[in-house]
Amino acid sequence: MNLTRRKFDALIIGAGGAGLRAALQLSNGDAKVAVVSKVFPTRSHTVAAQGGVNAALANVLPDSWHWHMFDTVKGSDYLGDQDAIEYMCRAASKVVYELDHFGVPFSRLDNGNIYQRAFGGQSQNFGQTQAARTCAAADRTGHAILHSLYQQNLRARTHFFDEYFAVDLLRDEQGFVLGVLAFEILTGEPIVIEAKTTLIATGGAGQLFRTTTNALINTGDGMAMALRAGVPLEDMEFVQFHPTGIAGRGMLITEGARGEGGFLVNADGERFMERYAPRAKDLASRDVVSRSIATEVREGRGCGRNRDHVLLDLRHLGADAIHHRLPGIREASMTFLGIDPIEAPIPVFPTCHYSMGGIPTNCLGQVVAPVKDTPEDPVPGLYAAGEAACVSVHGANRLGGNSLLDILVFGRAAANHILEYLSENRYHRPLDEGAVERAMARLTRWDRKDPGDGTAERIEPLRRELRKVMEDHCSVFRTDEVMREGVEKVRALRERLNHAVIADHSATFNTARVEAMELENLMDCALATIRSALGREESRGAHSRIDFPERDDQHWLKHSLYSLVDDSLDYKPVRTQPNTVASFPPKERVY
Amino acid sequence: MEPDSRTRWRCRRGMLENDWLLGQFLAQGYAQLDQEGRDAFERLLDYPDNVLLDVVMGRQTTVDDGIARLVPAIRAAAAAETAP
Ligand SMILES: Cc1cc2nc3c(=O)[nH]c(=O)nc-3n(C[C@H](O)[C@H](O)[C@H](O)COP(=O)(O)OP(=O)(O)OC[C@H]3O[C@@H](n4cnc5c(N)ncnc54)[C@H](O)[C@@H]3O)c2cc1C
Repeated sequence: MNLTRRKFDALIIGAGGAGLRAALQLSNGDAKVAVVSKVFPTRSHTVAAQGGVNAALANVLPDSWHWHMFDTVKGSDYLGDQDAIEYMCRAASKVVYELDHFGVPFSRLDNGNIYQRAFGGQSQNFGQTQAARTCAAADRTGHAILHSLYQQNLRARTHFFDEYFAVDLLRDEQGFVLGVLAFEILTGEPIVIEAKTTLIATGGAGQLFRTTTNALINTGDGMAMALRAGVPLEDMEFVQFHPTGIAGRGMLITEGARGEGGFLVNADGERFMERYAPRAKDLASRDVVSRSIATEVREGRGCGRNRDHVLLDLRHLGADAIHHRLPGIREASMTFLGIDPIEAPIPVFPTCHYSMGGIPTNCLGQVVAPVKDTPEDPVPGLYAAGEAACVSVHGANRLGGNSLLDILVFGRAAANHILEYLSENRYHRPLDEGAVERAMARLTRWDRKDPGDGTAERIEPLRRELRKVMEDHCSVFRTDEVMREGVEKVRALRERLNHAVIADHSATFNTARVEAMELENLMDCALATIRSALGREESRGAHSRIDFPERDDQHWLKHSLYSLVDDSLDYKPVRTQPNTVASFPPKERVY
Repeated sequence: MEPDSRTRWRCRRGMLENDWLLGQFLAQGYAQLDQEGRDAFERLLDYPDNVLLDVVMGRQTTVDDGIARLVPAIRAAAAAETAP
């Protein structure tokens, strides 16, 4: 096929924190590196991270990587792989000091050391008193990390393909991944980027749900590419929700609002949390509050035109308290809803925040799949890091501040392994033209015109329906019956997508085509998520089932693997053995 | 004039807040802009996400008068969408 072709040692799909950290390591290691990103690099979703990044620097309170490891294992509800968690916690300090060196302006203590704040789930001495482990650059840590890494990459001469959309991986008959087919959004022109190694760093899939804190670009593209290349996705049922997102919008209303005395009410004006959690009430744990809200809505006590949310009432706190203690929440409510919480309650609903699952990798960043004899054979030439990957440091539940750490540690680790691989694999393997043709067919499929017989489907309504189905059938209210119905609905929507056409067939800046392909990716991720959730008959971390309310270590201390090619579920054991220290055996998780 | 696809894509941001604010403005305010306003909007889109959000939310001021004139219109478009 007559296509533009470029060759690199290493290709990185995604320019968020994970992709840029890997790229920098590779460029500094003298590899010829290309980074593809569908948006300008510094507009990647990492920019949204405000809280900070965890490392046991012990600058404010005593700390150790081992305590950090304990907290992460416990936080993961014992589903995290303990070798990966040990690796990450040990590497944390180094990674943070490197960022400092790259120019990230961390907030400081008077003595000049990096300031650290306390977050939930952080402890000293294996679960004793509160620790302070989170390093932040004021309230714009993600932004600072992204900009510093981008500048460093420009200096190191990393090659950027900005505003290029990656369509599909190119994999040959022997299973080697040889690069990607992408197209330039500006011109619509396809390009084959050949590479000896390809790293997927495309971030999460938060757009799966109608209410989400994630930006529109988080459509799980890389996860879906892996699925289509025959790689199963791991632990996709674990999606972190926050109980109070702004209804119909998604942005977070932090726990602070309830901490200050705000409470939730249903359509009857009832403080319903008193029924679900008589003691803790509105301050019950996140999953309990989320599920209570969803139950109220399901049982017809939701508020608003569509009865699809509940209300967070702050009015009784008074104007003074709201002005002084919750100014950010008032500002958000006024900006995104036009509602002043001094005068009216805020419509809220659980909002999707983070995907714990993703493309299975080992600690070296290599994508691992049941290709030969074990469930963890490396897929030659393929790597993944960041929210798109599942090295399984978060297990069933991620701790705040651990995700920025994950993307940096494993972005870097993947790059180090790629450098090793490159030194042993000096030449490009011949490209598989069949793979190029298959990927091209996915692109040209969107040139199809409306047959005009009324059978054509449109992208936007399908996307809206998918996100609603996922919210109704696979968010915080999970039962066998609800999810079974959801699986059928997702399958039906995927079928209808086959009949979708787009109105715009122009070559230049055809965003309709981009959105159509993003929806295809979301559909694949949706099926992986809801099939895995239906399969797991227990409650663990963020996956909580009404029909199986207990954690069941005897049967379910294992990772799910969903494979799209044969629409099947499989499982693999959790790595409970760390590298150098004793294993933390599963215990009941109480805080 | 309706926004072209390039401008639409530049409104895809790293933060949901900006996606929402810019998306509402594209739908409800952009068509009323004159050339000067459209140029200012492109300059606003050049801002990094955090700065863009701070300027629109009024937490930070800008010396660019054209952008400053856009801010009330963007906020009005965002608040015009009725609460669910
Ligand atoms: C509101 C919010 C606040 C958060 N705060 C924190 C925090 O304080 N601390 C913390 O640790 N974590 C936090 N997180 C989580 C954390 O920000 C993310 O998990 C992390 O930034 C993900 O980084 P990444 O590099 O994996 O992906 P991203 O930053 O999402 O980057 C993905 C990249 O892939 C590119 N891409 C995607 N698809 C394609 C395609 N098809 N073709 C080409 N390019 C593509 C995109 O353009 C982008 O460059 C927060 C998350 C949210 C939503």
